[in-house]
Amino acid sequence: MTVHPSFDPLPADATQGIIKLALLAVGGQGGGVLTGWIEDLARANGYAAQATSVAGVAQRTGATVYYVEMAPATHGTPIFSLMPAAGDVDIMVTAELMEAGRAIIRGFVTPDRTTLITSTHRMLAVSEKTVPGDGIADATEVLAAADIAARRVIAADFDALALAQGSVISASLFGALAASETLPFPREAFEAAIAKGGKGVEPSLKAFAAGYEAARNGAPKAAATQPATRSDVPKGPAKLVAAWVTLTTRLDHLPPQVAELARPGLRKVVDFQDLAYGRAYLDRLDRILTKDRAPFDLTREAAKHIANAMAYDDIIRVADEKTRAARMTRIAGEMGAQDKLMHVTEFLHPRAEEVVSLLPARIGAKWAANPGRMALIDRLFNKGRRVRTDSLRGFLMLHVLGGLKGWRLKSLRHATETAHMDRWLATALGYVPQNYDLAVEVIRCRRLVKGYSDTHARGLSKFDKVLAAIDLIRDREDAADWAGRLREAALKDEEGKALDGAITTIRSFA
Amino acid sequence: MAERSFKAQVEDLKLGAGETFTGEGILAITKALLESGVGYVGGYQGAPISHLMDVLADAEDLLTDLGVRYEANANEAAAAAMLAASVHYPIRGAVTFKGPVGVNVASDALANLSSSGVTGGALVIVGEDYGEGSSIMQERTHPFAMKAQMWLLDPRPNLPSIVKAVSDGFDLSEASNTPVMLMVRIRSCHVTGQFTARDNQRPKLTVKDALSNPRSDFNRVVLPPMSYAHEQDKVKNRWPAAEAFIRAKGMNEVFGPIDAPFGIVVQGGMYNGLIRALQRLGLADIYGGTQVPIYVLNVTYPLISSEFLDFCQGKDHVLVVEEGQPEFIETQLGSFLYRAESRVKLHGKGLFPMAGEYTGAVMLNAVEGFLKQAAPHMLPAAIRAPNVDRPAIPDLTKTVPIRPPGFCTGCPERPIFAAMKLVEKELGKHQIAADIGCHLFASLPPFEIGGATMGYGLGPAANGAFDGGGEKRPIAIIGDGGFWHNGLSSSFTNMAFNKSDGVAIIVDNYYSAATGGQDIMSSRADNGTKATKNPISKALRGIGITWVRQIDRTYDVAKMRDTIREALKTPTKGPKVIVASSECMLNKQRRQKPLTQQAIKEGRRVEAPRFGVDEAICTGDHACIRLSGCPSLSLKRLDDPLRDDPVASIDQSCVGCGNCGEVADAAILCPSFYRADVIHNPTKWERTFARFRSCIIRWLQSRREARRLTWRAE
Repeated sequence: MTVHPSFDPLPADATQGIIKLALLAVGGQGGGVLTGWIEDLARANGYAAQATSVAGVAQRTGATVYYVEMAPATHGTPIFSLMPAAGDVDIMVTAELMEAGRAIIRGFVTPDRTTLITSTHRMLAVSEKTVPGDGIADATEVLAAADIAARRVIAADFDALALAQGSVISASLFGALAASETLPFPREAFEAAIAKGGKGVEPSLKAFAAGYEAARNGAPKAAATQPATRSDVPKGPAKLVAAWVTLTTRLDHLPPQVAELARPGLRKVVDFQDLAYGRAYLDRLDRILTKDRAPFDLTREAAKHIANAMAYDDIIRVADEKTRAARMTRIAGEMGAQDKLMHVTEFLHPRAEEVVSLLPARIGAKWAANPGRMALIDRLFNKGRRVRTDSLRGFLMLHVLGGLKGWRLKSLRHATETAHMDRWLATALGYVPQNYDLAVEVIRCRRLVKGYSDTHARGLSKFDKVLAAIDLIRDREDAADWAGRLREAALKDEEGKALDGAITTIRSFA
Repeated sequence: MAERSFKAQVEDLKLGAGETFTGEGILAITKALLESGVGYVGGYQGAPISHLMDVLADAEDLLTDLGVRYEANANEAAAAAMLAASVHYPIRGAVTFKGPVGVNVASDALANLSSSGVTGGALVIVGEDYGEGSSIMQERTHPFAMKAQMWLLDPRPNLPSIVKAVSDGFDLSEASNTPVMLMVRIRSCHVTGQFTARDNQRPKLTVKDALSNPRSDFNRVVLPPMSYAHEQDKVKNRWPAAEAFIRAKGMNEVFGPIDAPFGIVVQGGMYNGLIRALQRLGLADIYGGTQVPIYVLNVTYPLISSEFLDFCQGKDHVLVVEEGQPEFIETQLGSFLYRAESRVKLHGKGLFPMAGEYTGAVMLNAVEGFLKQAAPHMLPAAIRAPNVDRPAIPDLTKTVPIRPPGFCTGCPERPIFAAMKLVEKELGKHQIAADIGCHLFASLPPFEIGGATMGYGLGPAANGAFDGGGEKRPIAIIGDGGFWHNGLSSSFTNMAFNKSDGVAIIVDNYYSAATGGQDIMSSRADNGTKATKNPISKALRGIGITWVRQIDRTYDVAKMRDTIREALKTPTKGPKVIVASSECMLNKQRRQKPLTQQAIKEGRRVEAPRFGVDEAICTGDHACIRLSGCPSLSLKRLDDPLRDDPVASIDQSCVGCGNCGEVADAAILCPSFYRADVIHNPTKWERTFARFRSCIIRWLQSRREARRLTWRAE
C-alpha cells in the first residue's frame, strides 16, 4: 500500500476555497455545452476545475444534473466531489422553472450560500399535459419558495431571450452567470470561453449579452400584455357596426361584473353567427338576471358558459375559422414565413354524425336514428381528409362550408345544442330558490362539454353523470362544494375514474 | 455514426510523453489503453461507457496505425469471448460494457476465460450503472468478479488514478494470469480533468502476428480434468501472485496520520465523496490532506488481509464505506478481523443505508455518525451541539411534476405506440412484454404499454409461456438493437421453433439508438468498416418466419394500427412479426439539418414542415397529448376570460414528423391541427401560381369580411 503523509489541523468546513456549481437541465437544452464553457472559463483563468454529468437515458427529455467544482490551482490538485450535496451548492443554475423547484426539493438551494439562477419559462411535464382540464403546476409557488430557499435569486425567461437571438438557453444562462458575479472572472473571460467553443459563436454571444442584461437590470418588459388586441369596435359594413354599437348599449345595463364577461361573450356569439344571435344571447342573460341578486355570480358564470354553449364547434365554425385571412397571416408569422411561399394542410375527419348534423333538424334526426343510413353516409364520407387551404380547391370547399351560417340555425346540430342548453339552464335555475351556490356550480359544469367526436361524446356523458350525481345531493347544505368537487374530478382523467370514485363516495351518503 | 462525435478529441489520443491531457474520463481510459500497448479492443455500448465505444470507433484509424484491432462486438458475451486471444498469446486486450447487465450477458465467456487464465493482460472495463441516472436494475458487478475470481479495480475517480489503474490492471493481469475488471462509475466516466501523458505503445505482438504463429495448449481448455486444475491454480498460484503484486505495487493507498485510533476503509471510487464529507467537517483540506486515516481500496477484489490488518493496528473503530448491497467488502473485512481475533469495532451498513447511492448528504451523515462514536472530540462544536435556526423551506414535492425520460420530439416510435393504444381501445388490453431500448419509455405515461422487461433482446422470449396463444394473442416489443444483440436467437428462433402464436413488433430506428446511435447490422448508413444494410425482415425469413409485415413509415398511424390489428386477428398460425421502420429522429436531424441548411443557402428548393394548432378550434381536452407526449406538443393558457382550460400548442422545436396530424385523423380527435410547409427557394412557376391562387383567396376573404363584423387584430 502507498502511504501519503498528512497535513496540519484545519478550521471547520475546509471547502470554502472551492466554488460549487450545479446545473439542472432538461435533455436537449445544451447543459453539456454550458458545462464545457464554465470549465474552460475556470481553467483559462488559472483555476483547477472538474465537471461531471450523468449522461444516459435522462438525456432523452428527462432531467439531467451537471456539476462543476473549481478552486485556484496554486498548491496542487484539489480533491473535488463528483456530485452536488444537499446544503453545499454555491451556484445553482436551472434551465426551467420546475427544475428550480426540483433543485429546492433536493436541498441544492439553501439560504446560507446558494445563488439561484433560473429560467422562468416552462417545459411542461407529460403529467401536466395529459390532464383533460388544467393540470399545469403552480409556478408562483416555486418562485415563492425560491425566494425563501436561496440566498439570492436571478430569474428571467432566459429561454425566450436566447430564442430571440437565434440561440439556445445555455448561452443566455451563461450571461446571467457572468452578471451574477458569483465566479471571480470578468465578463470578457466568459465571452472568450464562448469564442473558444467555436460553434455558433455570434448568436451565442448575443444571447449571452441578453442574459447578462436581464440578470443585471431585470428582464426587458415583455411587450406588455397588449390591452385589448381585439378592439371592441369591430371592422365591417357601417350598418352592421352601428347595429353592434347599439347592441352593446345593452351591456351597460348589466351589473359590471356580469358585463365584464358578457362583453367578450357577446363578441363570441356574434362572431359565431350574427347580431340577431347576439341579441338572443343577451335575452338569455336578461332572463337569468331577473332571478339573480348581488353579487350576480349566477349571471356572470352564465355569461361565460352560455357564450361557449351557443358558439358550439360545428363544421361551419371550423371551416370558417380555417379560411379567415387573419389566420393565414398568423400562421405565416408563427412559421417565420411572411414573405415565403407556404402550404397549409388541414387534417379533417368528418363522420356521419357531423354530416347529418348539418341536415335540417327533422330530417337529420330521422337519418341519425337509422343505422343503415348512417352506415351508408359513413362509407361515403368517413375518412381522413387532408385539405390544402392554400390551394383553390381546398380553400373553396371550406370557404363554402364556412359560409353556411344562414343554414346553421335550421340544422340538427343547432336543435340538439339548443335543447341541451335549455335543459342545462333549466336545471341550474331550478336550484336557485333552494341553493343559489349549487345553481352557480351547475352553470359551471358546462365546462365539461368540449372536444369533437368521441371526446365530445365523453364530455357529454361526464356532464350528464355529474348533473345526475348533483341531483342526489341537492338537499345537502354542502351540495355546492360537492358539485365543484365532482366537476374537478371529471377533469382529472380521460376515462372518468376520479369522477366515478367521487360518485361512489356521494352514493355512500346520499 | 454515433450521436456524439469524438473526432476532435481523438487528436488528444496522440499526445506524447510529458504532454498534458485534458478531457473526460472515458477518453483518458482510451489513452491509457494505447499507452499500455493494448493489442485489441472491443465491447458493446451502453451508458455509462457508450462514449468509450464511440471514442474507439472514431479512433479506428489511429488504432489501425498502431496495429490495434477494434471490434464493435455483437453483444457483451461476444466482447468477453474476444478476450480469448489473451489466453495463449501474450497480447493485451481490453473490452468494455456496462455493468452489471453487461456482465450478466458476458458471464459465460468471463467464467471460461477466468478458468483458462490468461497470458496477455486482459482487461474488462465495466461502467457501473448505479444510482442517479442509471437505467437498469440496481445491482453490483462486484459478485461477478468474486464468483469467477477476476480481480476488480475501483480506482479513485480522477484521471491520473484511472489512467494508472489501466496500466496497473494489465500488469496485475499478467502477473497473476487472471483477467481483471476495471470498474468506473457513471460520474467517473464523464469526469473531466488532466493527466500527464506517456507515449503510445505498439503491441509487442499484434493479433496479425499471432495469426501467423498460432498456438494452443489443451491445458487451457475448460474440460475435466484441466478445469479442476484451473480451480486449484486460481487459489494456489494466481491469487497469491495477485496479492503479492498488489502489495508490492502499492495499488491500495493509505492517507492521513498512521497512529490515530480510528480509520476509514473506502472503495477507491467513493474516495472523493468521503473526502468531501471530511472537508465539510473540517477534517480534510481541499487537497485531500486528512486528519482521519483512510485506507483506499483501489482493488476491491481480492481484499488483502495482511494489508487491512496492518491498517487496523492500534485502532478501535474502523468504518467501511461500501456503496450498494450486499456488503461483500464489509463482510469480508469483518471475517479478517474475526480470524485475527481483533477487537476493532467495524462500522459500515447501519451508519450507511443498506441500499441506494451514497450521496453527499448520506456520506456526511454517516461519517459524522461514525466520528461521534469513534472520535467525538474531533467534530466541530457546531456539529456536536447543533443549534441552528433554519428557515422552513416550503415543501414543493406536491407541486413539482416528475420528469421521466420519454420519446424525443418527432420520435418514430411514438406513432407505433399511438397505434397500439388505438388498437387497445378497440380490442381491449393485451399481454405485452417489453424489451430494452427507447421503446421501453412506452411503458410510462401517456402510453402505459408493456408491464415488464426481462432484458436486452428478450422481449418476445419473455412471452414464451403465452406462445400457445388463447382467446387473445400476446404481444412483444423489441428494438433493432435488441434484435441483433441476441434477439434473433433468443427471441425469434425461440418463437419460430416453438410455433408461437404471438405477435412481435420490432421497432427498427436504424441505430442502436438508446445507447447513442451506434450502427448495427440493419443500419441504413454507409459504414466503411462495418457491414450494414442487412434488413431484419430477411433475417426473419431466414429462420422460417413467414408472416412478416414491413412498414417503412411508422408515422402512418392508420396503417400501423391496421397492421397490428391484422396481426392480432389473422387466422394464420405461427409467429406474426411487424417490422416498423423509420429513422431515429435525433440522428436524422443531426444528419439532415446541416444538409438542409446548405441546400437552402445554395438556392435549392426545400420544404420545411412544421405543425400548428388553431387555438380557436382546440377545446382544451388534450386527447391528442394522451396519444403523443411529444415535447414540442405542449399547452398554452389563453388570454380569453371565456376559456378555462389551456389549449394545445406546438412550439418551434417541432420537426414536422407528422404524428399529430396522423393521430388526429386515425383517432378522429379534432380538426385543430394543421401542417405548414414553408417552401424555401420555390420555382418561378410555383411562385407565379401561388400568387394567382392567393389573389383569388384574398378576394374571397375580403368579400366575406365586407359582409360581417370582424374583431381580430391583424
